[in-house]
Amino acid sequence: MSFAQLTRRAVGTLLCAALLTAMINCSGERAGGEIKLQGAGATFPAPLYAKWVSEHGKLNPNVKIDYQSIGSGGGIQQITAGTVDFGASDAPMSDDDLKKAPGALLHIPTVLGAVVITYNLAGVTQPLRFAPDVLADIFLGKIKKWDDQRLKADNPGVALPAADITVVHRSESSGTTAVFTDYLAKVSPAWKEKPGAGKAVDWPVGLGAKGNEGVSGQIKQTPNTIGYIELAYAVQNKLPVALVKNRAGQFVEPSLDAVTAAAAETVAQMPDDLRVSITDAAGASAYPIASYTYILVYREQKDAAKGKALVDFLWWGIHDGEQFAKDLQYAPLPAQVTQKAEAKLKSITANGQPLRQT
Amino acid sequence: MRPLQPSPPTPADAYGAGARRARWRETLAPTGNAGDALFRAALLLAALVLLLLVVSMIAAMAANSRLSLRAFGFGFLTSRAWNPVTGQFGALPFIYGTVVSSLLALLISVPVSLGIAIFLVEQAPRQLARPVAFIIELLAAIPSVIYGLWGIFVLAPVLREHVEPLLARWLGWLPLLQGPITGIGLLTGGVILAIMITPIIAAVVRDVLEAVPVTQREAALALGATRWETTRVVLANAASGIAGAIILGLGRAIGETMAVTMVIGNRPQISASLFAPSYTIASVIANEFTEATGDIYLSALVELGLILFLVTFVVNGAAKLLVWGVTRGTSGTARAA
Repeated sequence: MSFAQLTRRAVGTLLCAALLTAMINCSGERAGGEIKLQGAGATFPAPLYAKWVSEHGKLNPNVKIDYQSIGSGGGIQQITAGTVDFGASDAPMSDDDLKKAPGALLHIPTVLGAVVITYNLAGVTQPLRFAPDVLADIFLGKIKKWDDQRLKADNPGVALPAADITVVHRSESSGTTAVFTDYLAKVSPAWKEKPGAGKAVDWPVGLGAKGNEGVSGQIKQTPNTIGYIELAYAVQNKLPVALVKNRAGQFVEPSLDAVTAAAAETVAQMPDDLRVSITDAAGASAYPIASYTYILVYREQKDAAKGKALVDFLWWGIHDGEQFAKDLQYAPLPAQVTQKAEAKLKSITANGQPLRQT
Repeated sequence: MRPLQPSPPTPADAYGAGARRARWRETLAPTGNAGDALFRAALLLAALVLLLLVVSMIAAMAANSRLSLRAFGFGFLTSRAWNPVTGQFGALPFIYGTVVSSLLALLISVPVSLGIAIFLVEQAPRQLARPVAFIIELLAAIPSVIYGLWGIFVLAPVLREHVEPLLARWLGWLPLLQGPITGIGLLTGGVILAIMITPIIAAVVRDVLEAVPVTQREAALALGATRWETTRVVLANAASGIAGAIILGLGRAIGETMAVTMVIGNRPQISASLFAPSYTIASVIANEFTEATGDIYLSALVELGLILFLVTFVVNGAAKLLVWGVTRGTSGTARAA
């Protein structure tokens, strides 16, 4: 056979194979009744949601869920634009953001997490202790050296070096930043005035790094740094975690129990839309820099089948999914909050019919 | 040379509709062959599509930055603010970071690249020149992100532990080299950029030097010049091409994103010190664009992109013109990188 004939045969076979595969895929979808759900948002709960997706997939193989961790800001953008079925964000959406959405968006709290203060100090083995005003002044750039009097006062017996403090913060818009700056704004009037709280702020000092991973990496690589990351990243990267003094005056370690304690204080006063900030919580054992993380869904679902699958997935998540939370360094929801989330899920409708009665 | 001319126009139809049609026919189908005409039209279409793409990119960016253009006007170029909470944005720190890191990169890279090119063209024996040239061109092919990783894990610690303390000790009286040393900042960004643009500048300068007629070298040697003096004559000949190569390298340095954002500190500030962190236009867009919520925030980022686009466009255009000016009309392997 000549080369031209061979080429023609090869191309023809490939085309047929491609067509066949396409046909099989299409028919498979229609026959199996597979439902695809797309979600995007916060990087903080991403490991947990990945676990949820895989475990839920084992129980319901015909529901394929894909979660892209692109950041809270991205999640809010995408759900507002309607390109995903559910969004995820650490910080609840502001009223302005909610107005921009084409429908009513519900906030479903899924788990709780802690934002921890981590640092890189050679020769310091015990965890450092930070008071809220000291923390704010470090991030404002007012406390410049590690051996400052105020740091020494809170950490007697620790050999703090006479080195400059290098602050590391997030370079992009992030839910972690939102939680941390929300806390700083509550404990420091100076912080509230100048940088303020938000997903992205004008940091007075510090290096910027991208993502929790970037901040962890930067802190690991550079000595005499301090920064804020999610608890899971500190544990995974074996970074030291500081104790922070809470409103009751106790230096609290960011453990999951301390995070649950922070939530317990505000459960009774949770507003109807479940958007709440639990930073600087009252309570002797509460960790002050904790936060819920939310999944954002529309109350009116356009597609009944997809809506049902989504509601069932979220229902499973806030009940059976919580058992995976502790291993991945997230705190499960308190019981009262689970009940409120259940009520929200039951209010989701498609074509006027609620998708879940029980 | 034009093959097969159609019948030459008579004075009567040198003007008027008939003449215009004849000119169109000549442009579209100089050979008078329909198949050729079709081929020519297809190629023209392909070229136009590319041009249209560039024009549409500029148009899209201008449209998307309308909000920010209206809100800040020219003040955007001189404002130092970057506050997503209050909605105040300014481009000055980014322009500063981009310009200084690129200039620093040029300062470090140009002598090295020139040295490499001169070595490869004038000095090296043939067997050595080819593998060395190959390895240098390989450097240009390494992805930017790999440079960034190498920067964080190798370059930054080296600069922090060894180079920057030395510089601070010897030249610390210069405000340029004062301040806290973290290994992450303008200097690291500049060094990484220098490493990335060296292969490009070296490759183009090598082509430009090879394009200098050998008669020039022979004339210099015949007049009794030494090797170095001959090289100087060659360099003088190739001056505009070398300038073009440098501008090309500058164009690459200005737009470089991933490697720079990992080592420059991502802090929108203007500081006299090279040890201080900074921010380039490309880095801020890469870092903040996907998460920017807020119309004016997005619009400000797109406007930064527009500024960068226009600057890169102009710089690259100038470079291409210069290099083309020097290498056209010469025989051999002259090619613009």
